[in-house]
Amino acid sequence: MRNLGSALFSRLVIIVPYVWLLFFFLVPFFIVFRISLSTMAIAQPPYVPVFGFADGLSGFIGKLGELHFDNFLWLTEDALYINAYLSSLWIAGVSTILALLIGYPVAYGMAKAPRALRPTLLMLVILPFWTSFLIRVYAWIAILKPEGLLNQFLMGIGVINDPLIIINTNWALYIGIVYSYLPFMVLPIYSTLEKLDHSLIEAAQDLGAPPVSAFWKITFPLSVPGVVAGCMLVFIPAVGEFVIPDLLGGSQTLMIGKTLWNEFNANRDWPVSAAVATILLLILVVPIVFFQNAQAKAEEKGR
Amino acid sequence: MNNTWSRFNIVSVVLGFAFLYLPILLLVIFSFNESKLVTVWAGFSTKWYVSLFHNQGLIDAAWVTIRVALLAASVATVLGTMAALALVRYTRFRGRLLFSGMVYAPLVMPEVITGLSLLLLFVAIGFDRGFWTVTLAHITFSMCFVTVVVQSRLLSFDRSIEEAAMDLGATPVRTFFQVTLPIIAPAVLSGWMLALTLSLDDLVIASFTSGPGATTLPMKIYSQVRLGVTPEINAACTILIGLVAIGVLVASILTKRRAVQQERDERAAFAAG
Amino acid sequence: MKSLGNTRRSFAPWTDPDATPFITFRNVTKTFGDFTAVDNLTLDIYHREFFALLGASGCGKSTLLRMLAGFEKPTSGEIILDGQNIAGIPPYRRPVNMMFQSYALFPHMTVESNIGFGLRQDGMPKSQIAERVAQMLKLVKLEQFAKRKPHQLSGGQRQRVALARSLAKRPKVLLLDEPLGALDKKLREETQFELMDLQQELGLTFVVVTHDQEEAMTMADRIAVMSHGEVIQVATPAEIYEAPNSRFVADFIGDVNILEGKVTASGNGRVELAGADGLTIRAASGEIPANGVSTGFAIRPEKLRVDRAAPADPGVNAVEGEVWDIGYLGDMTVFHIRLANGKVLKASMLNARREVEDPIVYDEKVWVSFDETAGVVLRD
Repeated sequence: MRNLGSALFSRLVIIVPYVWLLFFFLVPFFIVFRISLSTMAIAQPPYVPVFGFADGLSGFIGKLGELHFDNFLWLTEDALYINAYLSSLWIAGVSTILALLIGYPVAYGMAKAPRALRPTLLMLVILPFWTSFLIRVYAWIAILKPEGLLNQFLMGIGVINDPLIIINTNWALYIGIVYSYLPFMVLPIYSTLEKLDHSLIEAAQDLGAPPVSAFWKITFPLSVPGVVAGCMLVFIPAVGEFVIPDLLGGSQTLMIGKTLWNEFNANRDWPVSAAVATILLLILVVPIVFFQNAQAKAEEKGR
Repeated sequence: MNNTWSRFNIVSVVLGFAFLYLPILLLVIFSFNESKLVTVWAGFSTKWYVSLFHNQGLIDAAWVTIRVALLAASVATVLGTMAALALVRYTRFRGRLLFSGMVYAPLVMPEVITGLSLLLLFVAIGFDRGFWTVTLAHITFSMCFVTVVVQSRLLSFDRSIEEAAMDLGATPVRTFFQVTLPIIAPAVLSGWMLALTLSLDDLVIASFTSGPGATTLPMKIYSQVRLGVTPEINAACTILIGLVAIGVLVASILTKRRAVQQERDERAAFAAG
Repeated sequence: MKSLGNTRRSFAPWTDPDATPFITFRNVTKTFGDFTAVDNLTLDIYHREFFALLGASGCGKSTLLRMLAGFEKPTSGEIILDGQNIAGIPPYRRPVNMMFQSYALFPHMTVESNIGFGLRQDGMPKSQIAERVAQMLKLVKLEQFAKRKPHQLSGGQRQRVALARSLAKRPKVLLLDEPLGALDKKLREETQFELMDLQQELGLTFVVVTHDQEEAMTMADRIAVMSHGEVIQVATPAEIYEAPNSRFVADFIGDVNILEGKVTASGNGRVELAGADGLTIRAASGEIPANGVSTGFAIRPEKLRVDRAAPADPGVNAVEGEVWDIGYLGDMTVFHIRLANGKVLKASMLNARREVEDPIVYDEKVWVSFDETAGVVLRD
């Protein structure tokens, strides 16, 4: 009996989370895909199902001919969507580079800090994670507004005479994304730098490399895994970001997460928003798979 | 890595942290502002806190959020720990690749996609949106974070401790509950706390999956923020930040004290050795 | 035949053809994917024996131990313990206990709950558990540490807790995986003797895995020298040292000189080898190969004599060489003697006296000599 219990336990440990994720994570994607191929209807739910679960396999095959790729065609014809995708990628890309430029020196400085200080610094980087994302984005509104604190400060010290228009521009987005995702950039870089054996740099200097060249030839190449992980962790969620463009970007900025939200909540066009989501997912598949491979590799290594 | 902490290093760390903390600090300061304008200082006042406690809508939303978060975090911790065990302990089972994919993907999945797809699932199976749908959605996306936290603890776990338990007659189930779980408990707890914060914080997924009567605090804050920045929201945010700060502070002091005690014990044992 | 060294006690069931082994590995093979960890291995271990599995890392010794504990299942073959095939029994039902290399103490339990863990699994009444735990604490002299947690103990104390825990259930066999590996040298030497006394006192069968030949030689009744998943030689420590059956064992245990040669005469338990190193070796121990076979002759450094003069007795094996290096170790001095063909022999001489008149110095011409029973002819 006890043997049976053990076998059951190990089965359960795999099957329960597996089934949960299949049902609540994988199946929904198929539903999204299915709905993206249907037509809009003014009803609740506001779409005409292409194939129901009741039809069975024959129904499925029979209805294959009725699939509507119209929603996808619509996406390619309307410049709004293409521009939204492109501008999302652009904004996420620029933000990632900015986050790297800011985050790397911070991570490097943390890794070189006195050993006793490092746990505190690490906690200070993690701490913002625990405060609400929404609050952190919200805090920037008061700072970036034309009559906001930044302009008051800059005009107060006489750097500028007229207020800078930052909010509702792409710059507000860059600032918001970099600010919100900076810890994601700092942490992986810090953890690779912290593990770096300092005697390698001493060896490089001993062999005649000045500090700057020792950094570029030894430290930086060895920290690349952390840089890649950090960039993935900033770039991927930034592409689909909704809160930041909505609160800081104003009506002018175009990001796909916001477009999807509007399509869904304001226009109530479920099929088109499903199609938007499908394409967004396809765009992100490459970096996500990349990220997963890195995770799997780290998992293998840890074993 | 260690060397001198150069001026460049210090400056970059200080600037980095200033960037991270200044906005939050300003927000806290202006929650005590007398004026309704959040950008002009007009003297100290706590009136926004008073008005906050009379805002029944916000209090109701906070209550919903707390219930969702406690339930979702607890279920997510059980599921996430199971998934971590499955990934670390059973290196070969059918569909493991798909499984690990499903565990890691939600970590980077844009929330709009997760939210939309879950909503469409609930509609497809005819599940009325409300408290339960938000909770299910939160369990699903936060369990993966629990998995990552617990998994990294399990990877550094000395398997021979479990083997010793089995060698001494404990069945695998007993080994798990008497030996493995007590040892990984701190990681499980921090997984739970992470899941709790993620759930408390979530706006996008909750907006998609929630229904009438299940408005969460972030949703409420968001709808008010869209109408404009008010000191009342600043006050609400300050309370949330304060709660988190206290929680993190207490947790870190406790762990620090335990680490110091452990180190002292070890030194004493070594000296006695 | 003269005895090879002194055996600890007159305990040698393996020489008795009627004795039943307590543990038998029969044609046991264990593969991990493409890698064969244990290769068709057959081995008998007797009741109350202190048995050592000795070999370099990756030789399969730990796999063998883990199969005995039940953590690995043999790919083929059977393992018999006290008349029962235990291959299918899970670790938590086997009457064997293991002391882990890392000690594997439960960090969240006190010393006494660690020791009582196995007894609680068996559902032993609480009063009996307390009694047995107290007994065990006394055995390992840790009575005053009962309430401590593992991290409050020194390395040596942890080792003793691990030992007490694995003995608490009174297993039929105690398995020890590198039991002294984590201790420093001095503590290790003390503990070796403690373990031996304990094993005698409790009358248990001990199977120990070690890569430390000194440890194996000191403690074990018999040693199995393993390499690449196979047992190369199973014998008492003295036999392993004085009569290695192969180049591998001769080389693995202690320091050795191996001289190459071709058999020119053999018979009556004696062999004459034409050495490649310019000497004729007359040997009266080891293998007796046929005429014309090329083989090796192994001789330990302490069995060689170094003198300025050639030995008077022409029956003694002797060769001339030049002192190449001298290493002074305190209790003895090691000489490296270079022969005419460039081969270097190691010879060690005990420094029995504090002061030596006219000691042998670098570059001197010397004679290296040895008796015909001082070394052994190897099989191949």
